Amino acid sequence: MTTLPEHLQKELEEHFKKFKPNEKQKQEITKRIETLYEDAKIAPGEAIGIITAESFGEPSTQMTISSFHFAGVAEMNVTVGLVRLIEVFDARKKPSTPQMKLPLKAKYSKTSEMVKEVSMKIKETKLGDITEEISINVAKGSIEIILDKKKMRDTDIKLSHILTRLKESFKTLTLKELKDSISLKGKDEIKLSELYKLKEKAKTIHIAGLKGITQVLPIKDDDGYVIHTAGSNIEDALAMEEVDKSKITSNDVFEIAKVLGIEAARKAIINESLKVIKDQGLDIDIRHIIFLADVMTRGGVIKGVTRTGITGEKESVLARASFETPMKHIINATLIGERDDLNSVVENVIINQPVPLGTGLPGLVMKSNKK
Amino acid sequence: MANFVYKKVDALVFGLFSPEIIKKMACAKIVTPELYDKEGFPVDGGLMDVRLGVIDPGIRCKTCGGSLKECMGHFGYMDLARPLIHIKYADVILTTLRATCRECGKVLTDTKIKIEVEEETPAPVVTAASEEEIVLPPLPTVEEPVKKETKSSKNIKKCLHCNAKQFTIKLEKPTTYLEDEKKLTPIDIHTRLLRITDEDLEKLGLDPKYARPDWMVLTILPVPPVTIRPSITLETGERSEDDLTHKLGDIVRINQRLFENINAGAPEIIVEDLWELLQYHVTTYFDNEISQVPPARHRSGQALKTLTERIKSKEGRFRHNLAGKRVNFAARTVISPDSKLELYEVGVPFSVAMELTIPERVTEWNIKHLKKFVENGPQKYPGSNYVLRPDGKKKKITEETHEQLLEELQPGYIVERHLMDGDIAVFNRQPSLHRMSIMAHKIKVLHGKSFRLNPSVCNPYAADFDGDEMNLHIPQTEEARAEAEILMQVQTQIITPKNGLNIIGCSTDSITGNYLLTKNMEFPKEDAIQILHTIGVYNQERFEKFKKNVTGKEIFSVLLPEDFNFVGQTKNKKPFIVKEGILIEGHLDKATIGEEKGELIRALYAQYGQDIGIDLLGKIFRLGLEALLRNGFTTTIADTDLPTEIAEKCKETIYNAERRVAQLIEQYQNKELESLPGLSIEDTVEVKILDTLNKARSRVGEIITEISDENNPTIIMAVSGAKGNLLNLAMMAACVGQQAMRGKRIENGYRHRTLSVFTKGELLPKAKGFIKMGYKDGLGPEEFFMNAITGRDSLMDTALRTPKSGYLYRRLSSALQDIKVAYDGTVRDANENIVQFIYGEDGLDVSKTEGGKINVTRIVKEIVGEK
Repeated sequence: MTTLPEHLQKELEEHFKKFKPNEKQKQEITKRIETLYEDAKIAPGEAIGIITAESFGEPSTQMTISSFHFAGVAEMNVTVGLVRLIEVFDARKKPSTPQMKLPLKAKYSKTSEMVKEVSMKIKETKLGDITEEISINVAKGSIEIILDKKKMRDTDIKLSHILTRLKESFKTLTLKELKDSISLKGKDEIKLSELYKLKEKAKTIHIAGLKGITQVLPIKDDDGYVIHTAGSNIEDALAMEEVDKSKITSNDVFEIAKVLGIEAARKAIINESLKVIKDQGLDIDIRHIIFLADVMTRGGVIKGVTRTGITGEKESVLARASFETPMKHIINATLIGERDDLNSVVENVIINQPVPLGTGLPGLVMKSNKK
Repeated sequence: MANFVYKKVDALVFGLFSPEIIKKMACAKIVTPELYDKEGFPVDGGLMDVRLGVIDPGIRCKTCGGSLKECMGHFGYMDLARPLIHIKYADVILTTLRATCRECGKVLTDTKIKIEVEEETPAPVVTAASEEEIVLPPLPTVEEPVKKETKSSKNIKKCLHCNAKQFTIKLEKPTTYLEDEKKLTPIDIHTRLLRITDEDLEKLGLDPKYARPDWMVLTILPVPPVTIRPSITLETGERSEDDLTHKLGDIVRINQRLFENINAGAPEIIVEDLWELLQYHVTTYFDNEISQVPPARHRSGQALKTLTERIKSKEGRFRHNLAGKRVNFAARTVISPDSKLELYEVGVPFSVAMELTIPERVTEWNIKHLKKFVENGPQKYPGSNYVLRPDGKKKKITEETHEQLLEELQPGYIVERHLMDGDIAVFNRQPSLHRMSIMAHKIKVLHGKSFRLNPSVCNPYAADFDGDEMNLHIPQTEEARAEAEILMQVQTQIITPKNGLNIIGCSTDSITGNYLLTKNMEFPKEDAIQILHTIGVYNQERFEKFKKNVTGKEIFSVLLPEDFNFVGQTKNKKPFIVKEGILIEGHLDKATIGEEKGELIRALYAQYGQDIGIDLLGKIFRLGLEALLRNGFTTTIADTDLPTEIAEKCKETIYNAERRVAQLIEQYQNKELESLPGLSIEDTVEVKILDTLNKARSRVGEIITEISDENNPTIIMAVSGAKGNLLNLAMMAACVGQQAMRGKRIENGYRHRTLSVFTKGELLPKAKGFIKMGYKDGLGPEEFFMNAITGRDSLMDTALRTPKSGYLYRRLSSALQDIKVAYDGTVRDANENIVQFIYGEDGLDVSKTEGGKINVTRIVKEIVGEK
């Protein structure tokens, strides 16, 4: 008795509705589909890992390397193509071009002004963005911050807010409000080199918006406004009232894992790889992508396809050693008297034994007929 | 039959040799750096000692008595005058020294920290020592715990057990240890390490059974057998020694000097110097690529290849010799096409067929048959090259031996006969990127010197005939042949597991031919029958039904099985209908019979199975060629001639676009242009210009499509999907269009312009890489330059991509290679850890599906009937 997978059952029912077969025909159809399904099932022993590797490896030779994709705005470039695919599989901690898509709730996106307001709220404003100049006063040994009133008005930031942020960041310094500037001074004399460092730090002080969002671009689509951002900060975006929380997307897989958990990260890996593949006009079956994402996330953390990731955590010494840095693995193996049980592929290739995959898997023994 | 003893290696255990073991397994003590005496014989106690194995043919080993092939060599040893640090374990020695007391050798930490460490890293290794105390988790993995121990013990100034004061120990790379700025000699280190108890070693994460730290300080050095460092005899008769022998020679020499000096009571300074020199030699013996250590060199200045270099990297032992091996029974030569071959065949030249052989066992039923091969011998085809006697002796068939061999041939013998038609061979083209790069073919022995294959199987191999070479392997056992035939033959590989589409299909000319044939060709009855005969169809019944004139559709229909129904779409979305084996409507093209997309091919394959499927595919392919052959087909430069009015229209379109761009530039210069959201003015004008020019180019393409003459060969090729597209035609006939780099027009150089013929800051189309001419009319100098820019860019792209994607593939395959589908349907790795509970969430094998799906619609339609 075979039970069809859910999506096949659904498809079958839809067809029944559309073509309206009679009971007898229905039975026949189901039976045919069932045998087809049985026949198309994957065979035990199939070296599915290698097939997946091939399915990615072969088309990757056809991908373009040109890494940037124009998304309408100069600063909103996205890494695409082979480079991005490698980035996802490597499990790099930060994508080279982090991005988010934040769909707005209908309430907050009635007019383009409202949308603009929200996007200003999302974009990170640093102190350097709203000042005319931050300079060092050598004579007084202080830092002078001259604010840009116009930009402050544009971004709707109050002076008091800046002051509190400054106080939080420079706890040891004293603040002094002058006519149209703020002066920062230490209790004791500060060395010039120190002062310079403080000045640079002051520039990057976070004043408003979501940390790490360097660019925002509202784009209108069928379901309303979506704000595309350069930089990713899911945690803070989730806290925003204006954003439709259920539809936030980001291309930062590690951040997704941190905020939403490993299952979400798995899905993110699938989506990101799929995006690259579609974008390059290639066709790789979803099963391979799902499989790779499963391998990468099965331990509860994201492991890259690198010598420190999946391959590095193999149990077999020889399998690790034959990939990269063989000496390191062998030396470390000697320290604990590591045992290699020769369960996987390369080890057996190395010592000239059948590989436990495919036709090498079954342990079939025939007794010869002695007469 | 011989009684085989099948040995199976169950496991490998890694560990260090103790000095005792080294001594025990040694067959010779090496005491002299001399290699040979005056007569050229190896010196006793030298590095080429005869007890260490044989490297010359005809000599027997002094230790085991084996000959060159039998003896695998034996180790020797040498006593070191003073202990030395093993460079690869310098770090481990350091951490161990730091973690233990300098006086009593106990671990410098309390139990509390110890437990913490063990809980943090539960380790996979179970040792004999820890089996009794099951409560404790087994040993933690290597370095980490050692580091943690030292971290926690770094601040401990006094031993908790004996109250001895502790000092900080530093490692001055590579092999000098300093304790409180005073040098620690290897002797001191050795005595300290000896003090550490087995129990304490376990706490440090070392297995005392396999890796006592005092073994990491060398007191005795194993000398590898000569078989791993054979010397080569040059043409001049001179012997050239292996790099390792050179290095070992240095070690022995300095070691002996050190011995002599110590015994003679030489001053401490001299002894120390020699000691250090010996340390250098032993260090470079293990690894000649350590930073801070100058590599040991040949006299020519080339660095020696010592132990680590032998193992490491792509050319090292692992990747070069162990993970990839050389094979016998293989051939390689240039490939060339032969569409008369079946897809599952490979044409093999006689010269190859008479060199490669298939072993065939003599039985009483085939002895007559096999005797013929022996009689023919190696010179006459089909003959045989060797005869194997039941006792395992291999006899070459020559003029002298063949009479005798013929006589003694009897059941139980094995004849290695030449390749013949129908034998199974495995055919491969590198790079082997997917499993379709290695497929099994049936051999067809042909004249000539190249391998012949059907052009249809070029796609899976990614082969062409511009000088490509391919490899052929002959499986030697029944099991191998069966596997190749059942699992690897071309017909089993039509559907790729990448996406469930057919990787094998018709291409180029055969698509053009079939397209024209099924569209509007007509032949007299006789010609039609002749065509069908040529491609191998002899369906007399159908031939009799032919009228005086036969349409192409009818000819094609003869190929199809009579119960075949199919509804599909042609490339231009027109219906393609086959009813009961007759093509009723539509024509063949890329969408029905092409590679990847050929729906008809997939339907035939799914319905009638591999063998009929591949047969039909071969016939369809040849039918297309035959049709073209009968009609003639060529593409000329005149194909791209445009009627004057069309050419005018194209010119006008481009002219208008140029005017529009000029307007945009003017607006921009007058600052009348409004910027697009999120863009600067400069970017806005760029985007708008690019948009205008691209639109103009597409418009030109459309104009050309309008005229598309159905009899224009270039257009036929584009429409049928055989090769090229209408955009290519537009590029030849009318306008090449904008040359884009990174999604932008060609950018200015340092001097604010692309080329010095333009004024600075120029924004006009031609100054930024718009080519308004077509290839046929010819490009202007500046246009040609712009075209070369993008051309160079794409070359660079390819050159950089290949290694990148190759490395990605290597990483993927080494990460995933051990993962398989288990008998219970779950997906597991080599150690039976589950990856997926059911493969791909539905358990389907992509290569058995149609585009990753089961075609429900087809089944329903088939049973309910078309609606």
